[in-house]
Parts: sequence; structure tokens; C-alpha cells
Amino acid sequence: MTTSSNGASGFKQRTIIALVEDKPGVLARISGLFRRRGFNIASLAVGRSEMPGLSRMTFVVEGPPHVVQHVAAQLDRLVEVVEVQDITEKNIVWRELALIKVNSPSEHRGEILELANIFRVNVIDIGAKTLTMEVTGGRNKINSLIELLRRFGIREVIRTGRVATLRGALIEGQEEGAHAVADSVEHFYTPTAGDSGSV
Amino acid sequence: MVAKKLTGGQIVCEALLNEGVDVMFGLPGGAILPLYGELSKYPGLRHVLVRHEQGGAHAADGYARSTGKVGVVLATSGPGATNLITGLATAMMDSAPVVAITGQVGRAAIGTDAFQETDITGATLPVTKHNYLVTRAQDIGPTIHEAFHIARTGRPGPVLIDIPKDVFQEEAEYDFERDSQINLPGYHVPSTADESQIQKAVELIDAAERPVILAGHGVIISQAFDELRELAEKAEIPVVTTLLGISGFPEDHRLFVGFPGMHGLAYASLTLDESDLIIAVGSRFDDRIVGDPNRFATGAKKIQIDIDPAEINKSITADAPVIGDVKAVLGQINPKIKSTKHTDWVSRVEHLKAEHPSLKIRETDELLGQHVIKALSDVTRGDAIICTGVGQHQMWAAQHYRFTNANSWFSSGGLGTMGYEVPSAIGAQLGNPERLVWSICGDGGFQMTSMELATAVENNLPVKYAILNNNHLGMITQWQDLFYDGDFQAETYTANPDFVKLAEAYGMKGIRVTKQDQLEGAIREANEHNGPVIVDFVIEKVDNVYPMIPIGGSVEDLIEESL
Repeated sequence: MTTSSNGASGFKQRTIIALVEDKPGVLARISGLFRRRGFNIASLAVGRSEMPGLSRMTFVVEGPPHVVQHVAAQLDRLVEVVEVQDITEKNIVWRELALIKVNSPSEHRGEILELANIFRVNVIDIGAKTLTMEVTGGRNKINSLIELLRRFGIREVIRTGRVATLRGALIEGQEEGAHAVADSVEHFYTPTAGDSGSV
Repeated sequence: MVAKKLTGGQIVCEALLNEGVDVMFGLPGGAILPLYGELSKYPGLRHVLVRHEQGGAHAADGYARSTGKVGVVLATSGPGATNLITGLATAMMDSAPVVAITGQVGRAAIGTDAFQETDITGATLPVTKHNYLVTRAQDIGPTIHEAFHIARTGRPGPVLIDIPKDVFQEEAEYDFERDSQINLPGYHVPSTADESQIQKAVELIDAAERPVILAGHGVIISQAFDELRELAEKAEIPVVTTLLGISGFPEDHRLFVGFPGMHGLAYASLTLDESDLIIAVGSRFDDRIVGDPNRFATGAKKIQIDIDPAEINKSITADAPVIGDVKAVLGQINPKIKSTKHTDWVSRVEHLKAEHPSLKIRETDELLGQHVIKALSDVTRGDAIICTGVGQHQMWAAQHYRFTNANSWFSSGGLGTMGYEVPSAIGAQLGNPERLVWSICGDGGFQMTSMELATAVENNLPVKYAILNNNHLGMITQWQDLFYDGDFQAETYTANPDFVKLAEAYGMKGIRVTKQDQLEGAIREANEHNGPVIVDFVIEKVDNVYPMIPIGGSVEDLIEESL
């Protein structure tokens, strides 16, 4: 699994948010575009936005740098894509969500619940032999929890894609998503895909 | 205004008329018959029956490119619709405004693998600018108006509208005022460019010592002929035209250079290479021009004017991208640039032309393809509309026809569709009844769409077909000769029909030319004949197109003919 912005294959990851019209076939148009332009979707999350008739999508895409740079421009060509923002280099917050169903025989239940407590995750279902927890955060947090639970026997992992938004401005007049000092992003930490969900 | 209650088929016709459509190409079938059933009520919509839907799409494309209007093609569901795909892809790659209306199986049958069912909106996703499946008659009007808006604005392109059979039959209200309101929050059409972009471009132009304009198809689509000429003349800048930019700048102008690239004129490629500034005007730096992007005009800064932001930095990094409509952008740039001379640079370009006489035809008694094009150009005084297919004949036509009229060259530049030449000429002739239309064909491509000759005859369209007949797939032969060790495979046509007899079989005039001294007389005879003509030019069997820059190369790899 690629866990950094420069994965094993030298491919770049970018995070893009798009506002799209809620019409049949929009997802097919977007996935078709990604396929034929050689963009690889690492994750995709879609849902209704705050505006009627519009959905918001968050993509994490992978591909060679010169190709991936064009993702936003190509997306914007689609008639039903209302707005696209490549927020890769912006100051953003994001989350992913996972449901993890793990074996939880009574002798291990306490230990598992302790892990859940440390990770501040919710247990949302307990059965006779299994327990399901809900974890939100960055990819590293979710991956770590999965690793720690593995020895109990994981039954299922269900993960969403990343959802992201620009951080609000700290100072009046500053743009959303700007880093603390707007004139030089290089001096500031740029989040990578594996980081925790808030930087 | 009170909205009228109409059938879906009637709404299609009314909406088309409101969009200014006067001719459409098509071929009926079961799913679209309800629409055809309404046509007799709308005599203002001329329907041209084609012999194959691909021909219909190319004819609509030729009509569109030659008139600037939207071309319309109709086809039925299933095979009718899939036959359009090559034509739509051709129009997509070359930004031609075409609206295709296809019949679909009835709504209840969709998804059941019904007879003649195909998911044509799914199948045409990558080859259309946009497409629709209309599931209610009340949506037909708004969809058609939206489709025309999308097809003709911004970077034009094909739009497909798929309408189920029973939706044509369903009744709904149609109100032009209401239904032609465009509400597309995600569709933005750039016009003028940001001042900061203009300023950067102006600074580069004013500072350049060896500037060159690379004029592409955008000049023609935007009809920026006067603006382009003003830019060239005001700052004395030589003009290189891309393959699809041909006829965007008068070829008898002293600043005209020619077309560059793989089979372009050596001096045009060298002019780009020696320049210190390339002003790409509606050109997307296609791989046939650029070759190796790392070795393309390395000493030149690049201004890229394009209406499509996705074209910026796609293959070549632009020092000054300018997003906007070419005509509007040149209107912004021209008043701001200094009026200047580039005397030394222009004489350097003249020197390159003299040093590399790419248009010189080798001495021979044989009839060569170049002789045919040269004679066509001379006899028609560069004034004809020229449609071509793809291959050697296309390259010779691009090189040797000397266009004096704006927007007169229609060729499948992007997709490279053999067979485009026969139906596109039909569309161009229909759109330009007063003009002389020559379709320059290879014997290979001609046979891909020659069934459309019947369409020309049936509609009394006096298209002149020039077949450069060498019984070969000429470009294939050339590549196998140069790059596959002369291992010739599947390159020879040993059973071509007698094209003169074929002409006669269709009720056309047929003329055969085998010698250079017959050229002028035959071309005049064809021009004067009041009807379609095939001239079968029997040219030398095997000949290569030069100059040539092999794929992925640069001017360092230029191959020129030794004369």
C-alpha cells in the first residue's frame, strides 16, 4: 500500500475535492475519465453536499507527476463538475472512517476494549463472538489499529475514502486553506497521505 | 406564450428548427422511426439519407467545420448508434460541433438486452464532449438546446442525445423561451483572458527577437483570421500553421511559412526550432508537431493561447499560458504590442526556405501525388474547399495546396480517420453550395466510405473526388520501408475496382489520368462538369512523403529527399 506522497512506484498522490451535479451517470463519467487518462483512484468518497442538487466528492488520485497535475483541469472539463479544487498543497483537515469487525472471545474482550479506549474509537456492535468498532482519523491511525487487532483475528475491515476540507482562515482576510504564512509553503509542513487526519 | 402539447418527435423537430438547423444527415431504424414519422410535417428540416451512419457523422462534421454551424446526424439504436462512434471520435479530437440524435429501445426494454439495444451513452462517454439519455418527453426540448450550446461554445465538440422510442411518442409541452434557458453551473466558457496573462504575453512578444506564430485549429474555430493577420503584421512575425491550422492564414502572404512536424515542411520545423518565442494560437502542441518534447524548440519561450485550460502544459510547458477564446485574446493582445520589424529574422526564415526546398518536386516523367496536388492548386487558384483522408495523399495535399481562402481545409488531424474524405466533402458541399469542393482521397481510405458516393449523386452534390491511386496503403508502405526493414505486409491492394467504371456505375462522371500532361485538362473538365466526378489519378506505385521527422524525433532527425 502506498503510504506516502511519493509511493514505491514514484507516483504522486493528490487530494482533490469536487462539487458535482447530482445526476445519473456522473460517477461513470468521472471514473471513465480517470481510467482513460491513466489516473489511479486511491480513494473516493461521495455524498450530498449542503446545496440541493450538488454532491461533493473527495478523491485521492495516484499517477506519474506530470499526469496527476492535470487531474483537476481534466475534471473541470466535465459539464457536470461545477467546481474542482486540488487541495494537495493547501492547509487541510481530513478524515477517513473504518468499521472493523474483530473476533472477541470473552477472554480477550477486555484487552480489545482497552485498545478501543486508547484509540478513542466507538464500539458500535457486540455479538457473541465478534465486536465491531468505528474508527475515524488519518490513514496511519486506522492502519495502526488494524495491525494491533490482527492477532485477535479480524473478520472484516470496511473503509471509506478520505473526506477533506480546507482549514478555516486564522486571520481575517486570509484565504481558507492558506498555510500560516502565505508567501512560502516550502518552509511549512505539507501533509502526506499517511499522516494523521489533522495537521 | 402558451406552451404547445407535442409528441417527443415533434419537440425534436421544433427544437432543431429553433437552433437554426436546416439540414441533417441520417439513416432510420426501428427505434428512431417515430421521429422520422414527424419529418414530413417539418419541410424546413432537410434530411439527407446516408448509406452508413459513420458517413452521416463525417458529413455532419464536414458541414459543421465548413459553416461554423452545428452539424446534425440521426441514427437508430444498436448498430446505427455504434456506427457513429468513429465519426464522433473524429469530431471530438478535432473539436467539431456535431449533435447526434440516436433512437433507443423503449424505456421498459432498457437493460434487458433487447433487440438492437446498446448502451450508447456509455459507449460514447470518451468520444463525446457530453451526452444524454432522455427519459421523459418534457426533457427533450431543454436537452436539445443545452446540447447545441455545449457543442458549439467553448472548445466545440460532439454531443449525443439518446432518446428511447416511446419517449418520441410521449406527449409533452414545448416552450422555446422556457426550454432554451441554459442552466449549467459547471460549464464555463472562457472569452477574454485575465489581464495579468495578457501582460505576460505582451512582454514576451515585445522582447522577442525571433518570434514565430504557431497557428492552430483554434484560429479557424474562433474565426480569428483578421486578428491573426494583424498580430503577424504588426510585429512582423512569421506564421507557421499546424495541420488543422491550414487555411487560417493566407498562404500567399509574405509572412506565411507552412506547416511543421512529422511530414511538415523542413523550413517550418526549423523556423520553430530556431525561434526564441513560439506564440501558439489555438494549438495544443500535438505530438506530430512536437516529436520529442525534451528536444522541441529548446531555445524558445512559449506562449500558449487556448480556450481549454486542460491543454496548458499537457505536452509542452508554457512560459505564458493565456486562457481564452483566440479571437478575444488576440483582440486584447494586438493593441498592446509594439509595432516592430524583425527584418533579420524574417530573412533568416527566407534563407531556410531557400536552403530546404521542401516543395520542390523531383524530376521524373512519372505521375506523382505531388504533381496532382500542385495542378489542383494551380487550376483552382487555391480557392477550393479541400477535404482529405489520412495518409500520404493528405500530407501531399497539406504541403502543396496553396490556400488563399480562409477555412477551406478539412482533414481528420487528431484521430487520423481514413475514409473521412468522402462524406465530409458531402457535408462541406451542402453547407457551401456556391463553392468548388475537391475531396482528395487515397485509394485505401476512399474504399472505406465510398458507398456515400450514392449520397452525393442522390442529392446532386457536385463534389469532385480526386483519388491518388497507387494500389497501396502508401503511408503503411513508407513506414514498413523505413522502420520495419522493408518487410512489407498487408500494404498492397491488388483488386481495386476500376474507379472510372465505379463512377459510371453510380451515375457520376469518371476520368482517368495517367500522365502529367493530362492533369490540367482533366481537372478543368471535372470543375466544369455540373455534377459529382471521380478523377482516378494513377500515380507512381511506391513513393515516400518527405520531409519526415520520425516519431519522437526532432529537427536533428529530419529526413529530406535528395533531389
